[in-house]
Amino acid sequence: MNAVEAVEQAYREHWSRLLALLVIRLRRFDLVEDALQDAYVAAARTWPEQGVPDRPAAWLMTTARRRALDRLRREDHDRLRLPLLVTDAVIPGPDEDDPDEADVPIADERLRLLFACCHPALSADARAALMLRFVAGLTTAEIARLFLVPEPTMGARLTRAKRKMALAGIPLRRPDAADLPARLGVVLKVVYLLFTEGYRATAGPELTRPRLAGEAIRLGQLLAEMLPDEGEILALLALMTLQHARRDARVDDNGRLVPLPEQDRTRWHYDEIDRGHELLRTLDRMRGEYHLQALIAAEHATGGSTDWPRIAALYAELERRTSSPVVRLNRAVAVAEAGSPEAALTLIDGLETALPASHLVPTVRAELLAKLGRTAEATEAFEQALRKVRTDAERAHLQRRLLDLEPP
Amino acid sequence: MEYALLIYGNDKVWASRDEDQRRETEAKHGEFAKMLQDRGAMRGGSELARASSATTLRHDGDDVSITDGPFAETSEVLGGFYLIEAADLDAAIALAKELPEDVVEIRPVVAM
Repeated sequence: MNAVEAVEQAYREHWSRLLALLVIRLRRFDLVEDALQDAYVAAARTWPEQGVPDRPAAWLMTTARRRALDRLRREDHDRLRLPLLVTDAVIPGPDEDDPDEADVPIADERLRLLFACCHPALSADARAALMLRFVAGLTTAEIARLFLVPEPTMGARLTRAKRKMALAGIPLRRPDAADLPARLGVVLKVVYLLFTEGYRATAGPELTRPRLAGEAIRLGQLLAEMLPDEGEILALLALMTLQHARRDARVDDNGRLVPLPEQDRTRWHYDEIDRGHELLRTLDRMRGEYHLQALIAAEHATGGSTDWPRIAALYAELERRTSSPVVRLNRAVAVAEAGSPEAALTLIDGLETALPASHLVPTVRAELLAKLGRTAEATEAFEQALRKVRTDAERAHLQRRLLDLEPP
Repeated sequence: MEYALLIYGNDKVWASRDEDQRRETEAKHGEFAKMLQDRGAMRGGSELARASSATTLRHDGDDVSITDGPFAETSEVLGGFYLIEAADLDAAIALAKELPEDVVEIRPVVAM
């Protein structure tokens, strides 16, 4: 690997960890981001000449710290600045001396930053952007592309979020034991929202954005490393892994949506499916909603025929816990597949009121009616769905289904 | 850090409280204020008279206009406030949760 590649690798491997270590100590994002940038620029300049250091992270940490102190000394003290970020004292640890140490436990600083980025006082957009920037280490440009917004828009979103953190005094602190379940729930929700946005894009020409889904999984893995005792994280990771394993079969070569029963299973990633099953096996007890969803995804991913009654039962339990109309919709599909389309129709009766913008409710109803031979009603339902659908691939699919219904 | 706890509510609902309800609300606020004092978090606060008693002053170039009523006619209006001292937002939220009111805006105060 040459020096330039070494700098790039050092960015991917160390940037977000070094940022956390420095932000906790210096209590400012602007200073640390600039100082780290300086350090990486210095590395790009000097490593080709002087060789890549034995311990790149330590080199970068030392250089960034020095640059930060330089900047502090040269700063205009009268200039109005944001309040310092609130955090607790740092207990000096191994990470600071040698951030290259591979088997050092994940720094407490990273956890502090993670929970702050997912604080409920920040908007959902802000949390997602902060997670991707500071925990996953993506550049502003990369995040903008993932969310299909211009880079300045994403830059402004991040600036506002960082400003809110400082002005409102959002603490960079691990929640205490009593608050941890709720706060972790928010973190997992952010990660899963990122994944579902990548798994099933809500708008635009592409049906899926696998890179976004991949980033969400990486975040999940990082979380599992940071908080190894939290089974819920593993459950979410299992869910995402199992769903992601089907990514290459969900859209065919013409960009069309392929429903699960028709998917080319040779395009499934079986190593990932195995990993998903393995993760599920490590869970000692029921770990909540993501666990149930993961068990459902695992059923879909098994060889042989799908156990629809079991899936319907899992959805029923999930609905009991969440009262979610989306869950009810999925449950109806399972109930129909298990052999009771009329019961499924009853389940989704009036579901539009709970999901007025969703094209999926009329789509599912249309398919059930079609299965029951009620063609006129099915046609009407497909037309309703077409009025609400938002991605090109799904629109094309619905149009094809309408054509299928027409008398020959 | 200093925070303002801004209490919002429906003026009509507040105005329609009877004697007993008013006294109950006062007592609860008294308890809240005492809690703040005990924790060294109290920096001030007041109940505000109803929104219809407000007068709004506006500069319009060189003119000054005086009009009857609050700055904005909204269904929920500012009814009172506390100023508190808290280490961070989580501490402020924990205190604000104790307020016997439906809606509380937690706004940081700019440090002088």
